[in-house]
Amino acid sequence: MDVRPNDDDVVSLRTAKAELPLYVTRIKVYPRAIKGLWRRVKWAAVMLLLGLYYVVPWLRWDRGPNAPNQAILIDLDGRRGWFFDVVIWPQEIYFVTGFLILAAFGLFLATSLFGRVWCGFACPQTVWTDLFMLVERLIEGDRNERMRLDRTPMSADKAMRKGLKHAAWLVIAAATGGAWVFYYVDAPSTLVKIFRGEASLETYFFIGLFTATTYILAGWAREQVCTYMCPWPRFQAAMLDEQSVIVTYQKWRGEPRGKHKAGASWDSRGDCVDCSLCVAVCPTGIDIRDGQQIECIGCGLCIDACTQTMGKVGRAPDLIRWDTLANQQAKDKGADRIAWRPLRPRTLLYAALLAIVAAVILAAFFLRSDTELTVQRDRSPNFVRLSNGDIRNSYAVKILNKRRDDQRFQLAVEDLPGATVGSVGAGIEGSGAGTGLTVHPDAVGTFRIFLTVPAGAAPSGSKPIEFTIRDATGRQRASHGAVFVGPTH
Amino acid sequence: MPTKIEKDTLSGQDTTGHEWDGVKELNTPLPTWWVYTFWATIAFAAVYCVLYPSWPGLTGHTDGLLGYSSRADLSVELQAQAKVRANFVDKIRTTSLADIRKDPELFNFALAGGRSAFQTNCMQCHGAGGAGSKGFPNLVDDDWIWGGKLDQIYTTIEHGIRNTNDKSRQSLMPRFGADELLTTAQVAAVTDYVLSLSGRAKATPEGAKVWQEQCVACHLADGKGNQELGAPNLANGIWLYGGDRDSIYRTIYYARNGSMPAWSGRLDDATIKMLAIYVHALGGGR
Repeated sequence: MDVRPNDDDVVSLRTAKAELPLYVTRIKVYPRAIKGLWRRVKWAAVMLLLGLYYVVPWLRWDRGPNAPNQAILIDLDGRRGWFFDVVIWPQEIYFVTGFLILAAFGLFLATSLFGRVWCGFACPQTVWTDLFMLVERLIEGDRNERMRLDRTPMSADKAMRKGLKHAAWLVIAAATGGAWVFYYVDAPSTLVKIFRGEASLETYFFIGLFTATTYILAGWAREQVCTYMCPWPRFQAAMLDEQSVIVTYQKWRGEPRGKHKAGASWDSRGDCVDCSLCVAVCPTGIDIRDGQQIECIGCGLCIDACTQTMGKVGRAPDLIRWDTLANQQAKDKGADRIAWRPLRPRTLLYAALLAIVAAVILAAFFLRSDTELTVQRDRSPNFVRLSNGDIRNSYAVKILNKRRDDQRFQLAVEDLPGATVGSVGAGIEGSGAGTGLTVHPDAVGTFRIFLTVPAGAAPSGSKPIEFTIRDATGRQRASHGAVFVGPTH
Repeated sequence: MPTKIEKDTLSGQDTTGHEWDGVKELNTPLPTWWVYTFWATIAFAAVYCVLYPSWPGLTGHTDGLLGYSSRADLSVELQAQAKVRANFVDKIRTTSLADIRKDPELFNFALAGGRSAFQTNCMQCHGAGGAGSKGFPNLVDDDWIWGGKLDQIYTTIEHGIRNTNDKSRQSLMPRFGADELLTTAQVAAVTDYVLSLSGRAKATPEGAKVWQEQCVACHLADGKGNQELGAPNLANGIWLYGGDRDSIYRTIYYARNGSMPAWSGRLDDATIKMLAIYVHALGGGR
């Protein structure tokens, strides 16, 4: 069949296209205040998460001298992550990677069980938007007052309210940006420096950056972040299935909807009285009765709204409720209730992955050493022939001491008979086999080590050897493979 | 041919007012934002030309009102760097080589500074790792022509070898063959004698005679050389100009008098000190 459109279609398509703007114009959302169980849960989440965010950098933790006393500090200048008694060195960044993987699998598991709980309750965008909306409501009033205020021409009162709101938002945003930098620098001393104008340029830059992003994202962008910017709503569908608990409208019970006069019969009509309260309270401005939508962040505020309305008209609550799609579809067809199955291949798989990654991280953490040895052989020259014919190789030896005290090591080389050890570097005592290498606490000791082998004993070409370091008690603390190169005969 | 501008019925757009062989073109102007950006870039360029160096002339270029120069920027940055290092560099300048060697912090700083100066000034001849090559001594082994102690290395770097510097290390090996001080047979005989010092040939009485008359003054009777005079050790396995028979013969016939520039005028004292520490720590230092 020829599917080519005729000329008229082309013209009308073109004109239609010319009239359409490139982007959808935003319809401003004026969420209405609502009271209820899920609103209380959300307030609790806001307080808990904001509290954690603001309080954590101020927790102190005594680590003795020459170490920061901030419990959680990501010291970029000093290249250490301090988490209570755990110190992460840059090369151990895989622990952070591991925690991010854990967080991802945790998110997958939570989503496959309970839908978008992260989006609705814990996401920073949701938390700060909630806070900004609270401020807005206190200053400009609830939904109807705000809509009226926006419709009226500019007046002294309007300017005052708008100005006050934005000022309050900016203060919260600045405090938010400020709290972020405290995770990277010493909080108490930096706070003083910030106000005295003595903090580093980077500090002011990041405060400015996070002030701007918080103000713009939570004040202006709001639900657009979730709908257009965030990748998570796009691929979370892969984690959801018909057994995930999500916010659902019980269509079979609510329809046909319509206004209801007090005392009128409920026969042959649905429970939905079309009060539109669920739409008015929605922070993303959608109608949950239209079914699943990408804009829905699963916050449950429409549940609170509907519960309130059902109570007023004297019908059973839960017309909008947390439920599985499977159960709703069954009820739609008049079939029996389908029980929720939290244990599904999908959730079991996510839980298993979560457990495996956690086990790997834990194992790596407990097996990690507080001493590390790295050896790099000089390649220019490959080897040195001394005046008496002996062959010498040079190595750059680095010893990492992650402990909080000085450590003295004895360096030894295995698999190279007849070798003598020479060394150059700070912190070396003695010479030959008894050479002691001292490394300061929380530092890397760098030494130049020379291995000299008599002419006759030198290997032809490259020979694998092993460097080991032992502590004062003779216990081997670390080892590193290397090679010794002699002239090829 | 120009026609009148008319409205196109299909698209509702105006035509450009031109017609070619019956074909009219719709006027589809550039987006406004694009045009403004275009004009803004032109305005930016004009302002830039006035403020910054831009137009080339026959003998130079316009300087711009701001007087900007990347060279001046660099020198400011270099000065800032020098200021950061000043603390350590001052200490290096006022501390003796032996004491620098004993202070872990200064020692590490000198090693790093010496390494960086070595990579800039020395590696062209002595190689990146100090291994040298034919005619350019290996600084990693334990054989030294002018001495391998810290202060000896320092003096060699400061004043150089066989150059015009007043305190340059000086010595001159005669061109025994080329200047006809010895016959070719005598040169060959003493070549065998030199080889015999490292057990690689049998010495002849004639060779021993020439050695006694011409060589021992600098290289000493046992051939182990004299670092005061820069006379290399001929009795070990290390040869600056090659240790095979032919190379040694040519060395005696034409003489080798390698030179090294004095660095005192080019590098500051602290850098020369750090270089001495670095070279000493390469492995051969005494």
